[in-house]
Amino acid sequence: MFEYAPAPESRDVVDIQPSYGLFVNGEWVDSLGGERHKTINPASEEVLAEFSYAVEADVDRAVTAARKAYDSVWSRLPGRERAKYLFRIARIIQERARELAVLESLDNGKPIRESRDVDLPLVAAHFFYYAGWADKLRYAGFGRGDGLGAEPRPLGVAAQIIPWNFPLLMLAWKIAPALACGNTVVLKPAETTPLTALAFAEICRQADLPPGVVNIVTGAGETGRALVEHPDVNKVAFTGSTEVGRMIARTVAGTRKKVTLELGGKAANIVFDDAALDQAVEGIVNGIFFNQGHVCCAGSRLLVQESVETELLDALKRRLSTLRLGDPLDKNTDIGAINSAAQLDKIRSLSDAGEQEGAERWSAPCPIPDKGFWFPPTLFTGVAQSHRIAREEIFGPVLSVLTFRTPAEAVEKANNSPYGLSAGVWTEKGSRILWMADKLRAGVVWANTFNRFDPTSPFGGYKESGYGREGGRHGLEAYLDV
Amino acid sequence: MTEPGRLAVRKTYKLYIGGAFPRSESGRSYAVTSSKGDFLANAARASRKDARDAVSAARKAFPGWSGATAYNRGQILYRIAEMLEGRRAQFAAEVADADGVSARKAGELVDAAVDRLVWYAGWSDKIGVLRGSANPVAGPYFNLSSAEPTGVVAVVAPPMGPLLGLVSVIAPVIVTGNTCVVVASERAPLPAITLAEVLATSDLPGGVVNLLTGRAAELAPWLSAHMDVNAVDLTGCPDELAVACEKDAAENLKRVLRPAGKVDWLAEPGIERMTAFLETKTVWHPIGV
Repeated sequence: MFEYAPAPESRDVVDIQPSYGLFVNGEWVDSLGGERHKTINPASEEVLAEFSYAVEADVDRAVTAARKAYDSVWSRLPGRERAKYLFRIARIIQERARELAVLESLDNGKPIRESRDVDLPLVAAHFFYYAGWADKLRYAGFGRGDGLGAEPRPLGVAAQIIPWNFPLLMLAWKIAPALACGNTVVLKPAETTPLTALAFAEICRQADLPPGVVNIVTGAGETGRALVEHPDVNKVAFTGSTEVGRMIARTVAGTRKKVTLELGGKAANIVFDDAALDQAVEGIVNGIFFNQGHVCCAGSRLLVQESVETELLDALKRRLSTLRLGDPLDKNTDIGAINSAAQLDKIRSLSDAGEQEGAERWSAPCPIPDKGFWFPPTLFTGVAQSHRIAREEIFGPVLSVLTFRTPAEAVEKANNSPYGLSAGVWTEKGSRILWMADKLRAGVVWANTFNRFDPTSPFGGYKESGYGREGGRHGLEAYLDV
Repeated sequence: MTEPGRLAVRKTYKLYIGGAFPRSESGRSYAVTSSKGDFLANAARASRKDARDAVSAARKAFPGWSGATAYNRGQILYRIAEMLEGRRAQFAAEVADADGVSARKAGELVDAAVDRLVWYAGWSDKIGVLRGSANPVAGPYFNLSSAEPTGVVAVVAPPMGPLLGLVSVIAPVIVTGNTCVVVASERAPLPAITLAEVLATSDLPGGVVNLLTGRAAELAPWLSAHMDVNAVDLTGCPDELAVACEKDAAENLKRVLRPAGKVDWLAEPGIERMTAFLETKTVWHPIGV
């Protein structure tokens, strides 16, 4: 392995306030509750800033602002004007991309290489993409009743709750289509990663977005609950755990609120014996170790055809031994920090369960920094379908390896999960790719690639991975009255 | 002396599960009366076990039906329309009894049900075009989104419109490749069982449509809570029952079609009943030499 000198990205492009309020009606306001929490850098445990846990009254204020902005401004604005605001936002994100990438890596722990090369370009692209839809909705094929070409109507106020794994990217997935369709939003970022959403509030101000169109309320589960339950909310969009998704689905029962849920996954990444193994190894690594495995569509179950198991695992372990774990701001870093102590506990306890249930654990021999939350790239062999590590979402850099003999067995095992978000297939045989893609019950199938995302490409799950799609023309449906 | 009149041979109305016509395993039945209150027949009162058997049958039928070509599914829906047309008089009589409408009106409702099936038959190989897309991603990748059926759908049929309403909720679910368990109108279940006889003779594989008669308030919660059901259409549920069912459905994140108030079953339905039970699958592949 080559030795690399440290190559840290500079922090001085980022200006973090010591303390943040809530962003309501275009202004920074103090929470009416007063409960303050700290957000830390998970790579160093250093405190980055203080922020509020919004209470019900704060949420009510934000929803009221969003309703007023919807009624008086945003729903009346011609689509072409909404489009220009979104283009403006996309441009400001591009202008401030470096700053936002560093801020994301600081608050989340992900390597700067990923926040700079994946998250931020996709954030800007998402706003750019949906900006273009804002004045073309009548061509999207969702016109209702009045025949072709009717202008579809927005829903109203959207309550949006996003996770900590791709904080700004998930914000973009939520806010861009909502605004393009003419809705106003109240968005709650995750309690461990509020900073880029708060920076986005400033971007809205720079873009002169009318007050109340975007409102950001920070907080944890209780804030989210107040937002989902608010009677004047017309739409709930949530990305996060299946457990919380269930709660939301129950909460909205009996209301007219429209819901989209993007929940957990336990994706199978299936490697056939004729696959280009070196490429497959890269795909497996990208599938489960990208973003420390904090990815709902991560390829967390490797299904390898028995005849190439040894060869593939040897190559995989060799590759994992070259991954560099450490300072997220170092441009050479492959594996950053686990986002929080709580998440690290969860990864540890599920990994321990893997060993207790009889699977064999192997971890890459990498040094672990003294401070912060870290978990080395790990794989388990000898995993049975009944093991917890084969069934439950670990949401960490942990790969469970299972084997199969026939394509039918691979499909059977891949689909043997309550989840159905994504799947991967590695083979050189075209007809087999299409056959597998057809049989796999998952919303995204990556063939000879993995973890690719694009604003034009619909994303979302089958079964308990949720419902609704984000991205592409399909993503508009979630924010239109259709 | 008058010649004694011929005594009619009555039909026993049973359930329709997996292509067979069993009685309820519970042995229960309930009396069905006409709109005037006259006794018509004893219909089976399906139990939880019947509902579970029906879900098993629907699950078993799903791979074959969802894997059939769209052309084939379209032809089978058209075949159902043909069989229904052939029994027009029988359905008209049952609808007239159930709804207390004139013979002429009842005939029109049967005609509308036939036409509805023909309308949906034509959608089988077209809805995918509306719902699919080739996506221009920013990179060297083939990227295609296509529609796929959600799976097993539990349907609570509307109490009114015992034939037209029923056909209007079944056809959109199955034309796209889903299989279903349907709770027929509790008030007027007889046309549903006669429809099952039509389905059974239309080349529709057994288990694609399973029909239960009985109490919606008893059956709908079991189906909504069943972990092997992927979606529920609560069209026929009164408000309170619909809320309870939607809550139960959250347990495994079923797709839920909420009741939409009063529906005009004679109006052109739109595509929403089909799209409610379609998933979108997106496939990526690199482009290279």
